[in-house]
Amino acid sequence: MTEVALTHVDSAIARANAERRGALIGYLPVGFPDLATSIDAAVALAENGADVLELGLPYSDPVMDGPVIQAAAQSALHAGFRVRDVFTAVREIRARVDVPALVMTYWNPVVQFGVDRFADELAAAGGSGLITPDITPDSAAEWVAASERTGLDRVFLSAPTSSDARLRMAADSSRGFVYAVSTMGITGERTDVDAAARTLVARLRNAGAATVCVGIGISTGEQVREVVGYADGAIVGSALVHALADGGVRGVAEVAAALSAGTRA
Amino acid sequence: MALRDQIGPDFGDYGGRYMPESLIATLDELSAEYEAAKQDPAFAAELARLQATYTGRPSIITEAPRFAEHAGGARIILKREDLNHTGSHKINNVLGQALLVRRLGKTRLIAETGAGQHGVATATAAALFGMECTIYMGEVDTKRQALNVARMRLLGAEVVPVKTGSRTLKDAINEAFRDWVANADSTHYLLGTVNGPHPFPTMVRDFHKVIGEEARRQVLELTGRLPDAVAACVGGGSNAIGIFHAFLDDADVQLYGFEPGGHGIASGKHGATLSQGTPGILHGTKTYVLQDADGQTMESHSISAGLDYPGVGPEHAWLRDIGRASYLPITDDEAMSAFRLLCRTEGILPAIESSHALAGAIDLGKKLGRDAVILVNLSGRGDKDVETAGAYFGVLNGEAATESPADAEEAQS
Ligand SMILES: Cc1ncc(COP(=O)(O)O)c(C=O)c1O
Repeated sequence: MTEVALTHVDSAIARANAERRGALIGYLPVGFPDLATSIDAAVALAENGADVLELGLPYSDPVMDGPVIQAAAQSALHAGFRVRDVFTAVREIRARVDVPALVMTYWNPVVQFGVDRFADELAAAGGSGLITPDITPDSAAEWVAASERTGLDRVFLSAPTSSDARLRMAADSSRGFVYAVSTMGITGERTDVDAAARTLVARLRNAGAATVCVGIGISTGEQVREVVGYADGAIVGSALVHALADGGVRGVAEVAAALSAGTRA
Repeated sequence: MALRDQIGPDFGDYGGRYMPESLIATLDELSAEYEAAKQDPAFAAELARLQATYTGRPSIITEAPRFAEHAGGARIILKREDLNHTGSHKINNVLGQALLVRRLGKTRLIAETGAGQHGVATATAAALFGMECTIYMGEVDTKRQALNVARMRLLGAEVVPVKTGSRTLKDAINEAFRDWVANADSTHYLLGTVNGPHPFPTMVRDFHKVIGEEARRQVLELTGRLPDAVAACVGGGSNAIGIFHAFLDDADVQLYGFEPGGHGIASGKHGATLSQGTPGILHGTKTYVLQDADGQTMESHSISAGLDYPGVGPEHAWLRDIGRASYLPITDDEAMSAFRLLCRTEGILPAIESSHALAGAIDLGKKLGRDAVILVNLSGRGDKDVETAGAYFGVLNGEAATESPADAEEAQS
């Protein structure tokens, strides 16, 4: 039923790496401050250097998110965000820029929509897959099956405290990349990227992960440069959401360009 | 298999562990320590010692004949968890987990609280064990349970008012998880009810099942038989599962959980998760959730801060689906009139949470009739609720209560 050829995230990251730079993965929530602006902002993010887009699905109980993303999600929900808006956003963004788009979502909205139905609609809209912060591969059998069937990417998280066995499970179960959580904590801008990230990336590579990107706490071009020194890509969220809240689409473009400058050594 | 032998992670289709990878190692560590503690007679002995010398267990049962006159004349027996140190059943779970935390070598406790009873119990254990303590409490709840905020601070805990989302219990839980992700090496999240990711639903249930074990024995001694029905209020479900558990395999004992009906089911302003919710995932477990079609959690409403929660423990979801327990809503007004009735007929000031169980028992008594024996879990005392109840009945600031006790009894019958 999905006639759209899927764009795979790992090839976008590999393309960046082939240009001797790390990939920049930029996060913005759909529907913040409203659907149309969130689409424009994501396009601006792609046009200013993001290699992969990570589109957040606003959820009422985002336990992995800090104040900036929480506030944006809450504001999107107040403004009337509906889950189906994600497919509209993906479709419009993909029509305007040729950058793969992953959806980052807490699990309950997908369960309520129907895991298979969500996968079908995302694939039909031209989305690449999901990042799932609150389920682990051992609780995700239904999603693993749906992503196998549709060919969507699935990005699981790994943490500095994950055992070697769990890192192997994350590496084996993920497709696109493995998300290395840089620090024990939630999303937010931090002055330093935790040294734990470097060790985690090395452990993930030993566990067989082909592509590893680091996220949580990265907010400047300088930090991006540091991270892509050892990882395949850097994931930035709060700094972009912050820029959108303060400076609108133009603010996103400026911050994206500055982050992107950090992807080149 | 006996229903009583059911343990997590799964309760039928419910339960599990839907959590960020960042917390999995911590949850595994907790599960392993709990399993080890269960095998260790020294752990059981220490917990029993604390229950006897600190909490005041066993809690007594009290027959409530004057109250029962308004409940179809059935025999109403109260399990007096309100007499525990700190004023509710919450201490049972807190002391169990605090002992585990000491075994784990951690030095800081964090907890969510709605009514403040779990926060007070946690702050108490932190003082007793010499640990640091931070309590997350929805900003709305810090106002309606201000007395308990002061109690926690007096006990040395830091109380953080949570200003996100609905600013009530569910948001306090989110905030506690966020703290835990960042500080798990030193910190234990002492979750206050039978929800959350495995092992919490099983572990917290185990620490509370003493309520039903004692009560089953006590009712047998008093009446020579088992009760016809057991009634408890249900927020997250800990006091209810605590009193239900010993009776799960007594097929003739009916089990009733009473949920907050708020302004009435039709108003949409309630917290009746098991009667009105649908299966979903919230706070790490699969269970019934009050949610919209998109899976966004809805705000619950209740006059009782401790029941104002749009989720519920997964074991209750399972007991509901298999038909072993029934869950019914009680409105704010029904709970408040049961509150006043117990005050005036028995001289016992119940928590507003527990008053939902009392109101349910009145309905049950009328249905089951004179010969029935109904056991009610009086999960907490109402000192914390004097402000709310005083305002509700208009007796604050020297205002005179307009109704005489006789009017109140009239209204009930
Ligand atoms: C006295 C009392 N009863 C009941 C509850 C509800 O919790 P649970 O359903 O877990 O027993 C609370 C929660 O604060 C409480 O303080």
